[in-house]
Amino acid sequence: MKMVVAYIRHEAFEPIREDLLGLGFPSLTISEVKGSGRQKGITEHYRGATVTNHLRPKIKIECVVEDSDQQTIVDTILRHARTGMVGDGKIFVIPVEQSYRIRTGESGDETLQAHPGEGSEPS
Amino acid sequence: MSSTGRRIALMSLAALGVLLLVPALGIAADAPKYPSMLHDDSSVPSDFSPGMAINTTWVVVAATLVIFMQGGFALLEIGFSRGKNVGTIVAKILTNFSIAALMWWACGFALAFGNGKYFGNSGGFFFSMPALADGVPGGGYAQSAFGAMSFSSATVSSKFLFQMSFCAVSLAIVWGTTLERIKFGAYVLYAVVFAGLIYPLGAHWVFGGGFLQVGDWLGLGIVGVQDFAGSTAVHLIGATGALAALLLLGPRRGKYGADGKPRAIPGHNMPLFGLGVIILLIGWIGFNAGSTLNAIDGRFPEVAAITMIAAAAGVLAALLVAKIKTGSIDIGMAGNGAIAALVGITAGSGYVALWAAPIIGAVAGVIVVLGVYAIDKKIDDPVGALSAHGLAGVWGTLACGIFTVPALAKYNAWGDPAGGLIYSGSFKQLIAQAFTVIVAFTFVFIMSFVTFWIIKKTYGLRVTAEEENAGLDISEHGMYGYPEQFIPAAELVGYGAVPALDRIGTGPVSDPEVTA
Repeated sequence: MKMVVAYIRHEAFEPIREDLLGLGFPSLTISEVKGSGRQKGITEHYRGATVTNHLRPKIKIECVVEDSDQQTIVDTILRHARTGMVGDGKIFVIPVEQSYRIRTGESGDETLQAHPGEGSEPS
Repeated sequence: MSSTGRRIALMSLAALGVLLLVPALGIAADAPKYPSMLHDDSSVPSDFSPGMAINTTWVVVAATLVIFMQGGFALLEIGFSRGKNVGTIVAKILTNFSIAALMWWACGFALAFGNGKYFGNSGGFFFSMPALADGVPGGGYAQSAFGAMSFSSATVSSKFLFQMSFCAVSLAIVWGTTLERIKFGAYVLYAVVFAGLIYPLGAHWVFGGGFLQVGDWLGLGIVGVQDFAGSTAVHLIGATGALAALLLLGPRRGKYGADGKPRAIPGHNMPLFGLGVIILLIGWIGFNAGSTLNAIDGRFPEVAAITMIAAAAGVLAALLVAKIKTGSIDIGMAGNGAIAALVGITAGSGYVALWAAPIIGAVAGVIVVLGVYAIDKKIDDPVGALSAHGLAGVWGTLACGIFTVPALAKYNAWGDPAGGLIYSGSFKQLIAQAFTVIVAFTFVFIMSFVTFWIIKKTYGLRVTAEEENAGLDISEHGMYGYPEQFIPAAELVGYGAVPALDRIGTGPVSDPEVTA
């Protein structure tokens, strides 16, 4: 099992989510995060004084998949998150030791499978 | 700010300078004949007659209420925008109100309410006019030069203030469709044309004594239009400008998916929206009841009551329709229903009987909900201005042709004295109302479309995609409306960050706890 962690621009998220859902990966978690990288900060002006903002807002995606699916996830994120400008973000792939589905107590790879008929968008 | 932006800003400043200079020259040249209101000894008001004083007081109070409506528009638009586009609305409302006020002073008032068939040409530019023309001592300034309002003894300056606030309301309505994506400079450029030319002409025709109000234009036999406080003159004109802007501006990014289906872009603050609606509701008492320009004849409380009853019916009708159509009790539609009903009753408030008010309001409440659902499928109107001010404005204007009471038509002395359809059994008044809607819409749409088209081709109408994503607050104004939501606490002084200088105790004001 691998956890794919990606830091991306906000506007890239929606197409990624839609594609992953279509490919059969409905399970993911996101967080609103702020961080710094090579992207420059911005300076705001308030009544003649300035405040410089080095930490830029990003979306952090976490998605745990079987080893064989890892590349699909990474490719999907790369396809939608890349604008070619500094600040597109980064992807990390991290090994995961074990997983459990809390509702059933199952563990291992089957916890990563979407059940048939589940995981679709609410009607 | 970009270099074009800077150039536009400089140009605006220069234009303002010229604007301020012209009347000074004019007054110097014409001093004996056209003394300005406040600088000539002979024209300082002395004692008002009690009647004049009471009328004038009411008009100024009403103008104050209408000016307060700017706060209502600001909060309504802020509530319906996302949190990244809220500070810009504060700047916009203040800028537009200021431009409207100055343009009204420069030429708007003279064009709108002076005597004349197509535009006012009896003086009043920069508020200079023949003093005491009708011989009324103490502030009867040139009442006869503004014939459409001369039925009231309130001073011309109070009427000037009151009608200025109307012009500012009409202008505020224009921008409801353009939220979250328009360049700030476009507000400035269009506002000058709108408040200086488009609104004054439209308002003059409909309720400033122009050809639509007087009737029998070109011998067509169409009676004069009845628009008490401006369902057409203020609301439809504003909404028509909004439509022209929207067609050239396009939808907000992401409003329509690849499949062309509209997606909701929820506003960020329903409580502020609600407060905005309540402020507009209260302001509307000034708007409609103030349009009597008269407290002595005792008509104004009834007009105010009619206005509130209509609004109440509009809220309930809109909620009911929204509940039936979508299954939810829509907060926004409650507010839209109130606004639409108020717009709908605006034309009729001085012409219809109290029993007709809930009917007119309820129909407006139904129209606005269905209108918003239909319009949203194709064009992106974030606050529903096209429905609430446009469609409801059309309905309100037509409603006069149906419900006008003969006695009130005679009392106000405009239109068919036989009253509306249900009293007279004749379509005469209804035809006049429909004709006015068509003329006003056509004129304002063409003028506004051309103006916005020129702005689009020269200055640009819309911010870039990056600026739109970042939000207008940061891209146009350099600062967020809600900084704590967008700037990490770690970087905000007082929330996380300590300025570098303070840490070593050499800052302009050292923090004693840090330096100790």
